[in-house]
Amino acid sequence: MNELMSGNEAVARGAYEHGACFGAGYPGTPSTEILEEFAKYDGVYAEWCPNEKVALEVGIGAALAGAKVMAVMKHVGVNVAADPLFTLSYTGTNGALVIITADDPSLHSSQNEQDNRNYAKFAKIPMLEPADSQEAKDYIKIAFDISEKFDTPVFLRMTTRVSHSKSIVKLEDPVDTKDTTKIRYNPAKYVMVPFNARVARVGVEKRLQELRSFAETFPENRVEMNGTDAGIITAGMPYNYAKDVFPEYSYLKLGMVHPLPVKLIREFASKVKRIYVIEELDPFLEEQLKAQGLNVTGKEIFPYTNEFDPGVVKTAIGGNNGNLIDLSQLTIPPRPPNLCPGCPHRGLFYVLGKLKAFVAGDIGCYTLSFMKPLEGLDSCICMGASIGMSHGMSKALKDKGKGKVIGVIGDSTFIHSGITPLLNMVYNKSNAVIVICDNRTTAMTGMQEHPATGFTLQGEETKTLDFAVLASALGIDSVRVIDPYDIKNTRTVMKEELSKDGPSVVISRRACVLLKRDQADAIKPLKVNHEKCTGCKACLGLGCPPISWKRFEDMSGVSIEKKTKKQEGIAVIDTSLCNGCTLCQQLCSAGAIEEV
Amino acid sequence: MINGGKNMLLAGVGGQGILLASEIICKVMMTAGYDVKKSEVHGMAQRGGSVTSHVRYGKKVFSPIARKGDIDILISFEKLETLRYLDYLKSNGMVIINDAELYPPSVNLGDATYPEDIPETVRKYFEIVKIVNASDIAVRAGNIRTVNTAILGVLSAYLDTIEAGIWESVIRTSFPEKVIKENIAAFNLGRKA
Ligand SMILES: Cc1ncc(C[n+]2csc(CCOP(=O)(O)OP(=O)(O)O)c2C)c(N)n1
Repeated sequence: MNELMSGNEAVARGAYEHGACFGAGYPGTPSTEILEEFAKYDGVYAEWCPNEKVALEVGIGAALAGAKVMAVMKHVGVNVAADPLFTLSYTGTNGALVIITADDPSLHSSQNEQDNRNYAKFAKIPMLEPADSQEAKDYIKIAFDISEKFDTPVFLRMTTRVSHSKSIVKLEDPVDTKDTTKIRYNPAKYVMVPFNARVARVGVEKRLQELRSFAETFPENRVEMNGTDAGIITAGMPYNYAKDVFPEYSYLKLGMVHPLPVKLIREFASKVKRIYVIEELDPFLEEQLKAQGLNVTGKEIFPYTNEFDPGVVKTAIGGNNGNLIDLSQLTIPPRPPNLCPGCPHRGLFYVLGKLKAFVAGDIGCYTLSFMKPLEGLDSCICMGASIGMSHGMSKALKDKGKGKVIGVIGDSTFIHSGITPLLNMVYNKSNAVIVICDNRTTAMTGMQEHPATGFTLQGEETKTLDFAVLASALGIDSVRVIDPYDIKNTRTVMKEELSKDGPSVVISRRACVLLKRDQADAIKPLKVNHEKCTGCKACLGLGCPPISWKRFEDMSGVSIEKKTKKQEGIAVIDTSLCNGCTLCQQLCSAGAIEEV
Repeated sequence: MINGGKNMLLAGVGGQGILLASEIICKVMMTAGYDVKKSEVHGMAQRGGSVTSHVRYGKKVFSPIARKGDIDILISFEKLETLRYLDYLKSNGMVIINDAELYPPSVNLGDATYPEDIPETVRKYFEIVKIVNASDIAVRAGNIRTVNTAILGVLSAYLDTIEAGIWESVIRTSFPEKVIKENIAAFNLGRKA
């Protein structure tokens, strides 16, 4: 049977068909759906972990017991998991362990554009890279087989376009599998003290040699001979872009991007007049080919940044894309993403934006509040950075920083990597105030469960982490809980905590508006009473999507009496979008905002 | 595109049902025997921001995204979003525009103005421009949330090699039982619009 599947769905399907029974990961676009989809299949175990390091370590344990395992994360997640990763390369996996890294060329939903193929080379681990959904399903299976055969972790590299494009996939039945897990003792292999690690280190090089020979005849390192004018060496999604615009050229499509089949490449090169290396981001293949003395063209003509498309490939090699309409002649207001109507982050950041303090932010939906009009967040580096940064800044500023430095972090992000830096704040006597935006879910990536939601990935009820108890246990003396829908109290509590000595934690608790499970009351949308609105624009300071501003001269057919001489228009609420959070009502001194 | 297929670009605002609409187009083309690929962006890009989905079908499709200047049909769910992607169209491409305005934050705050006469601007560049009030059709079909199906109906009228029956059967499997009737009605009204 054929089915239209995204690359992510296809990876999950492939793992299931191949008898993988164990998955661990942490959400992150564009990887998230892989584990979500895998978790739905019969007979598999899958879990969200607090972060990627934990997920990989969980995966290692399961693989050492003999299971067929995948650890799933986005590209920056591998940074977090890098510590176990490098030594895992020494110990090997016993069972099968595939690490899925989902890279994000063009930074559609990420803070950087790192090229994780470098990790394969750095950690001396093989890496496969599919170009569409069918290959995603096939390659995850091959990855498991390579892992078992060579006793090595294997990377499967996805990119946003492969993860989130859909194409036709042929479904197969799952293979029959037996449970072969058991405890296996092997200290020489698993205890990486220098004495053992030195031996393993040599084994890593030997394995890499074996993988190099394997790569030479690996059928997914595929030669497609056409015209010999030009040959293209490529891998992953860029293969499709090139085939689209240059079907007449010959191709060497690498299914395995590390290690490279040097002989095969030389042979291919000898058959064509010139060679283009087409790869997004780093000149990863190109540099290795040039080091082999091959005369190839790559980043001289192709961009280093952003994902490609067929047009980029065509332009670089010298094709004509035709006369495109010049959009710069039109004025097109941008449409950036925004916090949802009724988002609990809005009230908090409205208050933070008005305090005279540096707000070290973190990653999540709330990061969007750096934009106008909220301007409530002043930095964002990586998950968990808010806490360490606010402490460091406050220490460096000494007295100048008193009451002036705040760290803000989401609930999922706090669990991911906020606990140790919070402990550090207590230990090193910080003065910063930390706000945990507890919206009861991992909203940014599409509402995943985490240790404080009370549910697991597979929907079982479980213990719920209590942030207040945890903060007290770490030694925070002042822990406050606020409702970010209450602007006045939020402001009062923030000011009180900033004026205190020592670190404090404020838990800003209110469920995400998209989280159906936790919505207590029915939504009561609001409207603007035109008779009362004075046109003061206070409500516009919230940047809430349903609230807009209409000038009197743009309103035909309605006559509204001016409340002041200077009044130029009124606010309008699109009630169909309003979630009734009442923030605008609290800001309206004219009392013009009412329930519908 | 070669092989008798087409490249389409659906554009609009997060929450307008674009991803489901492109999914339905793909399934229709698959049923009709074409190779098909589509591409879209999730995550950060979805929080009320501008959303697009590329759909390409033909005998054999490689890239899931089309290059600029290579789209046959731009299907725009919101007027302003039409302008943002005009450079993706072929010079003889066609444009379907849903007559809906959703203001971006800068316009709401009075910092920018919503462009006037968008259909006129588009007509300056392209001959075939179809304006449709899909909300109106959706209301007539009995459910305001069938806007995207109404737009599919409009599109289907331009793809004469695909029988209406294929569209209907895919639509039937794409929605919950209780709203199928309204979606079929919206599709048929759109097809005649
Ligand atoms: C190391 C790493 N892993 C994953 C991500 C992807 N990611 C970005 S924000 C986020 C979670 C946000 O959840 P939360 O902190 O609860 O904030 P919310 O979006 O709910 O406001 C995730 C998983 C990332 N950027 N970096």
